[in-house]
Amino acid sequence: MPSLPDIMTPDAEALAKAAGKGRRVRLEAGSPEHDLFTGLTRLGDNTLILGHRVSEWCGHAPVLEEDIALANIALDLIGQTQLWLGLAGEIEGHGRSADDLAFLRDAWHFHNVLLVERPNRDFGHTLMRQFLFDAWHQPMLKALEESADDRIADIARKAGKEVAYHLERSADLVIRLGDGTEESHARMQDALDRLWPYAGELFLADEVDVRLAHEGLMPDPASLRPAWDASVAEILAEATLTRPDGDFAHKGGKQGRHTEHLGHLLATMQWLQRAYPGADW
Amino acid sequence: MQPDTETVWRWLDEVPDPEIPVISITELGIIRDVEWQDDTLVVTVTPTYSGCPATSVINLEIERKLRERGIEKIVLKRQISPPWSTDWIAEAAKEKLRAYGIAPPIEGTGAAGVVAGRVRRLTGEALTVPCPRCGSPDTQLVSQFGSTPCKAAYQCRDCLEPFDYFKCI
Repeated sequence: MPSLPDIMTPDAEALAKAAGKGRRVRLEAGSPEHDLFTGLTRLGDNTLILGHRVSEWCGHAPVLEEDIALANIALDLIGQTQLWLGLAGEIEGHGRSADDLAFLRDAWHFHNVLLVERPNRDFGHTLMRQFLFDAWHQPMLKALEESADDRIADIARKAGKEVAYHLERSADLVIRLGDGTEESHARMQDALDRLWPYAGELFLADEVDVRLAHEGLMPDPASLRPAWDASVAEILAEATLTRPDGDFAHKGGKQGRHTEHLGHLLATMQWLQRAYPGADW
Repeated sequence: MQPDTETVWRWLDEVPDPEIPVISITELGIIRDVEWQDDTLVVTVTPTYSGCPATSVINLEIERKLRERGIEKIVLKRQISPPWSTDWIAEAAKEKLRAYGIAPPIEGTGAAGVVAGRVRRLTGEALTVPCPRCGSPDTQLVSQFGSTPCKAAYQCRDCLEPFDYFKCI
């Protein structure tokens, strides 16, 4: 490690440049490479940010078994991040690794949906966020198995096996807590009401999504909605929870416009690389 | 002189899995290929789970074993397709897992659960994971995620011992 921490450089991009890994040449917006890079960072940033959020439970979960389960799910998500962001760096072609993309970008270059950066709040809230995400993630990966790009299909097949277990677990716990005690039911309904306006962004397409879908690289986000609606309705019914009215959706995360929560998360996650650029062990 | 690949496979069979040392990395089914490219030995390894923390330790162990045997030029290639499956665990290794206290994977109990569903429809009974200690079929799932991502936590209702189950993927 360097003897003096460089905490006086506030800009992560400047640090990246200092480390010789800055983005010297930008991919041209609208080019196929830029579209693919964007699509891949959306996938990798979703798993990275959710993985980090879930890892915040390590040592704090209500019971030991849940602590271990949460840590394992976080581990799966971070592992998948390495694959998605690794491929994104390869497509970009400027030598940025998955680690560079994770630790040396600032909030406006993250493309995750707003749902995954929502704070954990209580255990039920964390589980509900996980379920709403998993119910999208699993069919998304199924669709990506059909990608025209074999590298994407390969990652989707690998990740899909892991995510099938995530969905099984989160759905099961939503049912048990929703259809549990008066207290757990109230907390799960509250979590659902609070998180519902953040679920819709998963299905909103912008021009990048449209072009990626046209090229057969990634599915049209809207095409995943019917399956998601059906599985969510089934689980919520069994959990005796009420689907909130309306489909208003907060959006912007996929385009790099985030809530204040992401900045706080990155401050923790990226602290070491900001304080000690290039630290390795 | 280059040892033939069969010999290299035998050497790799001496490398234990770092988390489950009773079975080797070849029995686990994560070595996908061994080949010579001129004077370089290329070993293709597939990860069990994409975030498995043992992966880097396994690579280190492979390299150490091969260097010990006098091979100098080694390239370790990561391959994620086709994705690793518990079906690739050697039959003999499943017995070793059981003796070690880990219930080996049972076909059809995966998250997709196709076989488990069929068995349940035909017999009205679910597939059970027998206790590796007392053999009782009366066991219950505690959590789908156990001591590592590849295992689920179970408990035996007869002998009351908690145990790991190597879940199907």
